[in-house]
Amino acid sequence: MAFQSAPEERSAWIMLALAVVGYPVYLILLFAGADGRPLEAMPFAWPMIWTIVGSIVVSIVLHAVFRVFTDLESNKRDERDRQIGRFADRTGQAFVIIGALSGLALAMLQQPAFWIANAIFLGFFLSAVLGSIAKVIAYRTGFNASW
Amino acid sequence: MVKPTQVTNAIRRLRFAAGELTQAELAERVGVTRQTLIAIEQGKYSPSLETAFRIARALGTTLEDVFQFPEEQP
Repeated sequence: MAFQSAPEERSAWIMLALAVVGYPVYLILLFAGADGRPLEAMPFAWPMIWTIVGSIVVSIVLHAVFRVFTDLESNKRDERDRQIGRFADRTGQAFVIIGALSGLALAMLQQPAFWIANAIFLGFFLSAVLGSIAKVIAYRTGFNASW
Repeated sequence: MVKPTQVTNAIRRLRFAAGELTQAELAERVGVTRQTLIAIEQGKYSPSLETAFRIARALGTTLEDVFQFPEEQP
């Protein structure tokens, strides 16, 4: 039945899996390159870039694979998909804002770039997780326009 | 998080009354996916007014025959 689910629901599962796997991968890459340095001095940019680029590439590949093995009807989107998509985006957005505000506060307090970047990055990760979970729940348990 | 809908419907009964229409056939006529038609039929999704009208017309009946909403208690 998984292949007959709505495309947005499949997309939510892919996003959730990528976020749950992606963040630990980032931490592994980060600490692998630490070389005994303190946290603030760790080179975080490349582990972050690799994680983001890797997630985008894997996401494109997984979406393409699912599309190939799904009948055309199941790939259509309608009003319910769009409404649930908007609802999930709004739910996840809370963490993007929290991440951005944390980054702003850290910058004002003249904290190291490491903490600013990681606060924003963690916000993106939590936003993806929360947004995906909200979307899956909306598809599984029901959704109505008066939420 | 998401409030359950109070709207109930008679789509399943009306599909059979309209010549045993399948969910896929009705979804096609209405212009939504089969998953959405299933969600509407199971009361897991309240459709837009336009879609509600399309469902009623596809079933050859009126909106209030398809969808019911409980009376408000005074």
